Amino acid sequence: MSSLIDIRDLRKTYLLGEIVVNALQGVTLSIERGSFVAIMGESGSGKSTLLNLLGCLDRPTSGRYLLGGTAVETMDRDELAEIRNREIGFVFQSFNLLPRMDALENVELPLLYKVSDTPNEDELGMQALADVGLVGREHNFPAQLSGGQQQRVAIARALINKPEILLADEPTGALDSHNGAEIMNIFRALNQEQGITIVMVTHSDEIATYAGRIIRFRDGLIVADAAVTKRAGDHLAAIAPVDAEVTV
Amino acid sequence: MKQLLSSMRIAFRALRMNKLRSALTMLGIVIGVASVIATVAIGSGATQRIQQQIASIGSNIILVIPGSMSSSGVRLGTGNAVTLSEADARELMVQCPDIALAAPMVRGGAQVVNGNNNWATGILGVTPDYLTIRELTVTQGSEFAQQDVDSANKVAVLGQTPVDNLFDGADPIGQTIRIKNVPFTVVGVLMRKGQSSSGQDQDDVILLPISTAKRKVIGAKQANADAVDAIMMQAKSGAQIPAAQEEATALLRQRHHLQANDDNDFSIRNLEELFAAQEASSQIMAVMLAAVASVSLVVGGIGIMNIMLISVQERTREIGLRQALGAKTRDILTQFLVEAITLSVAGGFIGILIGVGASFLISKLAGWATSVGPGAVLLAVFFSALVGVGFGYYPARKAAYLDPIEALRYD
Repeated sequence: MSSLIDIRDLRKTYLLGEIVVNALQGVTLSIERGSFVAIMGESGSGKSTLLNLLGCLDRPTSGRYLLGGTAVETMDRDELAEIRNREIGFVFQSFNLLPRMDALENVELPLLYKVSDTPNEDELGMQALADVGLVGREHNFPAQLSGGQQQRVAIARALINKPEILLADEPTGALDSHNGAEIMNIFRALNQEQGITIVMVTHSDEIATYAGRIIRFRDGLIVADAAVTKRAGDHLAAIAPVDAEVTV
Repeated sequence: MKQLLSSMRIAFRALRMNKLRSALTMLGIVIGVASVIATVAIGSGATQRIQQQIASIGSNIILVIPGSMSSSGVRLGTGNAVTLSEADARELMVQCPDIALAAPMVRGGAQVVNGNNNWATGILGVTPDYLTIRELTVTQGSEFAQQDVDSANKVAVLGQTPVDNLFDGADPIGQTIRIKNVPFTVVGVLMRKGQSSSGQDQDDVILLPISTAKRKVIGAKQANADAVDAIMMQAKSGAQIPAAQEEATALLRQRHHLQANDDNDFSIRNLEELFAAQEASSQIMAVMLAAVASVSLVVGGIGIMNIMLISVQERTREIGLRQALGAKTRDILTQFLVEAITLSVAGGFIGILIGVGASFLISKLAGWATSVGPGAVLLAVFFSALVGVGFGYYPARKAAYLDPIEALRYD
């Protein structure tokens, strides 16, 4: 079976005014279904650029990107939007919930842009909220929720269309360590119990150890790529053991 | 459909969040639509009034009046000569194939008395044909007959105004009134006609047989007992008016023994032309008023564009998020277009209400005729929606083509 994510010699060049920025300088990488990958690196190392490309928010300057066997680097705006809607869930550092919508409406937002109609939206949204432990909070507005709760709403939103991949950009960056650990435990459970592939950018070594594999970036290139041997939260792993630890 | 409903919900929510801003934005459209509605109402009211007047005058009417008379080189005003006669009227009717009817008339004024009431009014001495031409009908009693003219009977047909002023609500038929001390029997009352275009009360008149009027009330012209003040003719159809005018001119020149190089000693006026010109000018006025008013609609549209641009800017992050969650170009475009259209159409509806109200007030206070047709309302709704789409498109497009990464990073 081919990898879920398969990128070959991916390059991305920006033009910042008159300065050419080589954000990615030829990255080759494959990520298997069901894996949990942490991407680390300094600011400007290219990790966020990679995440944007993986999330089909951007197109590479050159190189190949096969997502589930489909070449996405040549798709247009709207085709990419459909891929994002169907295949990818995003979790952001700053949650990015819409302040004028309650938790349930925020969670149901991706259903609005689905090609096919969903008959039981509210049922689905309530279930997604229940999955992240937010029963009874569905009509709270983001301002009425704690940071950890907001991020859990965001996770529920990311999962409502049942994507294969969850992309997280510093998901615990705005949270205290307790809430951060809670979010990581949810990630871990999603990965191990539901087999959702997670790619997460983080600055924190501690958070990174929740993943099964850590990729380090510097200057637009991968400098290290290794499996995690001593994983955080392994007490959870006892419930559902890691079935595939990937090494490259 | 689901997306449209959701877009509308999002739009309403966004507009509710900024109530004052939305209200001020709408105000531009409200004023624009209200002024378009009000000016169109005034314009079409004026046009309708002129059309009513044309109808109240009668159709296919040609009026012949005596020409100006020169007295020792001093030219007097039109109508001073006594060149037209009852015989002219008879011959016009007999000899001109395109003329259906020709009615001679004499005009004057007199004090009319009934018991304790008296009233100064216009006296018209006419023949029954006059009533036919002017399409006058009696609501009470009857018209006088040709026989009344032939025998110079002392009978009168009253307009509504003398009836109101002389009879205090009593039935006037069969009553005797005194005109210049001559007793006349009221045989009929004319149907109300209202004001003329110049504001004249068309009901302030008493019709008498022309023969009686000349002998008893107005007095015959000294120069020519047969003379009349005017001849009112009716062409057989609207298309025959020019031919009828030519025939009448030729016949009258011949009857008045005018040489080839003599000026006409009468003038012929075609009332249709006169009113058509008035109608055209009032329509031009209406169009110009509406054009000026629609400028404010454009200004309102620019206000919408301005606010939408600000709204797009403020919600850049939201747009980025929606794009990340799978919103296509069209989804974002629709969302912001719906918002702009909601603003403009809501403003349009309020504008219609205010415009209709203003038209009503104008006709009450200024006494101008106004008429708000469904066409004007539909047009206003259509145009306000058009303004929404037109001025909302650019901001919406700007939103739809934002780069998702930059939009997400925006703060």
